[in-house]
Amino acid sequence: MSLKASTGAPFARILSVGSATPSRVIDNDYLCQFIDSSDEWITQRTGIKERRWVGEGENIETLSVAAATSAIERSGVPLDQIDAVIVATISHYEQTPALAPKLAHQLGLGDAAAYDISAACAGFSYGLAQGEAMIRGGQATYVLLVAGETISDITDPTDRSTAFLFGDGAGAVVLGPSETNGIGPVVWGSDGGQYDAIRMNHTIGSGVKAGVFPTIQMDGQAVFKWATGYIAKAARRCLDEAGISPEELDVFIPHQANNRITDTLLRYLKLPEKVVVARTITHLGNNSAATIPMAMDALLTSGEAKSGQTALIIGFGAGLVYAGQVITLP
Amino acid sequence: MATTEEIRAQLAELVNEVAGVPVEDVQLDKSFVDDLDVDSLAMVEILVGCEEKFGVTIPDEESKNLKTVGDAVAYIEAHS
Repeated sequence: MSLKASTGAPFARILSVGSATPSRVIDNDYLCQFIDSSDEWITQRTGIKERRWVGEGENIETLSVAAATSAIERSGVPLDQIDAVIVATISHYEQTPALAPKLAHQLGLGDAAAYDISAACAGFSYGLAQGEAMIRGGQATYVLLVAGETISDITDPTDRSTAFLFGDGAGAVVLGPSETNGIGPVVWGSDGGQYDAIRMNHTIGSGVKAGVFPTIQMDGQAVFKWATGYIAKAARRCLDEAGISPEELDVFIPHQANNRITDTLLRYLKLPEKVVVARTITHLGNNSAATIPMAMDALLTSGEAKSGQTALIIGFGAGLVYAGQVITLP
Repeated sequence: MATTEEIRAQLAELVNEVAGVPVEDVQLDKSFVDDLDVDSLAMVEILVGCEEKFGVTIPDEESKNLKTVGDAVAYIEAHS
């Protein structure tokens, strides 16, 4: 007996991107009601001026549906041909079921494979690596990858080191088969030795006992050191693995945890002046897994980046985990 | 083996690049935080840069002791 193996497309690429931001604008002055800080200090340390938090009637589902709907419409792919849905999130607060099946149903996708992944701020690049492999391996023809986050729900507004960092939002891409390659090799890994560098202050169990909802906490300096040291080298490896020199790069979309991490990555990578760099953190904050697709959509919509250009993306965060690729913009 | 002055000069370039401090201000007796106005994140970046530039490892518990330019230069001299 011989088992049949699935056969896939020669290459995969990102066909389209969409995003959604909630309506509530939270500026630094608003947050300084709860913490002893100032607009000047927050801006100087992080680059963040304001962020969006979910308001009345908005949640991770509404944001994810909106971003996915936009990406699907732009892709032109019929709904019944999307056969896998991956949702990257750390802020869907149900142990089970996952958000992806519900999302697939709401979008009218029918019998699509659907599951969530938890890779924090690296979630988009983790999902992209999986989707690309699924298309080339023949497990799926078209993949919807959604990164949706409402970290405001687990933000402690009185925590002076994290209150101002996170913003809510969602980004989505449709991936599909291609005759030319649009997604370079993934460079990824983890350092569980720094498990508690970004952490929850309670498990669900201990939170229930204490009568509090768990919130996120961070050792900012440890994360900054890892991001400006190890991650800078990983970003260079993404270029090397894809066979791209810094001069051939058009756009750089790092996960934006802090504008100063982006500054350091730029210094290390020695990217040419012409490279367009995502700085959506100034008005959107750190959107965890959603940062990269939200920034991608923003740059394409504003015209700063163009379809067909070559972009380096890299995500890094709680775990600690990281993943990055060189991609062709949709 | 680089001399103290050579290490100081290379460190000064790094501090200038990261924090915009004029290279001539980066002298051995200067405190990073109090004299050169280097904030905590820039300090982390300078130490990461030192690891890269001088091939040394600076553990977190050690980095707290590197308060002046002279402290950092002495550490690099002893460990590179």
